[in-house]
Amino acid sequence: MADQATFAAEAMQYAPQLYSGALRMTRNRSDAEDLVQETYLKAYRSYHSFTEGTNLRAWLFRIMTNTFINSYRAKQRRPDETELGEFEDLYLYKNLGSLQNASVGRSAEESLMEMLPDDEVKQALEDLPDNFRLPVILADVEGFSYKEIAEMLDIPIGTVMSRLHRGRKAMQKALHDFALARGLVAAQENG
Amino acid sequence: MMDDEVNTTGPGAPRDCNETLRELDVFLDGELSDDQQAAIRHHLDGCMDCLGAFDFHAELKTVVAQKCQNDDMPPGLLAKIELCFGTDFDGDGQVG
Repeated sequence: MADQATFAAEAMQYAPQLYSGALRMTRNRSDAEDLVQETYLKAYRSYHSFTEGTNLRAWLFRIMTNTFINSYRAKQRRPDETELGEFEDLYLYKNLGSLQNASVGRSAEESLMEMLPDDEVKQALEDLPDNFRLPVILADVEGFSYKEIAEMLDIPIGTVMSRLHRGRKAMQKALHDFALARGLVAAQENG
Repeated sequence: MMDDEVNTTGPGAPRDCNETLRELDVFLDGELSDDQQAAIRHHLDGCMDCLGAFDFHAELKTVVAQKCQNDDMPPGLLAKIELCFGTDFDGDGQVG
């Protein structure tokens, strides 16, 4: 049984990660701030039920994910978005060939890290519908396992995998569209 | 069954390109068994096309992880949270 007196010392180190995760979930700073605060308060109150020696970061993210699903998602009054376009596998990889011929002084060696601006990567993730965004945040940003994500979202592992697969593809399509809009990628008809 | 029989159906059986690419996500997520991972690595050792796709997606995964968690926390958020620990807001005799 975990002692409430040690909660702050143990748990506050994860605040920056929780805040970034909250921003990607709620898509706005004010809700993200509230969500993190509520998460910590709930965690503090139920810290006695946390089993010491298990993964505290996963426990905190589980509380935050549940809080988001139960209150913020409802509050944002978004329809239950389950539809996502179907895109081909390896979308970005297959379509980036034209990057090397782009006319903006870009070399073939330039890494994806330099090629994809922070705000476009964040936007591509945040534009995903909830059902797909949450698994991608938990897997690709926070690095949780399929099993941990399945438990947090209360869905089967197979569903985690298929949503990750489709969510990632849609994100790659968005990243390509952003690059295209910037003129970074030569238009398909020229490529 | 002979001891040295080549495994052609188990999780460690050789993969062709389609089979390998189908497992790209699960491989990069570190969710394959040791046998399955070894079979993928074996294919990648001899296939530059698949290796290119795997390297690209490994890099993309790193990019997404790094670029989506570098947000500055609002100043004062930590202090505001820590202030809650020890405050009985609703007067139920319990903190919070």
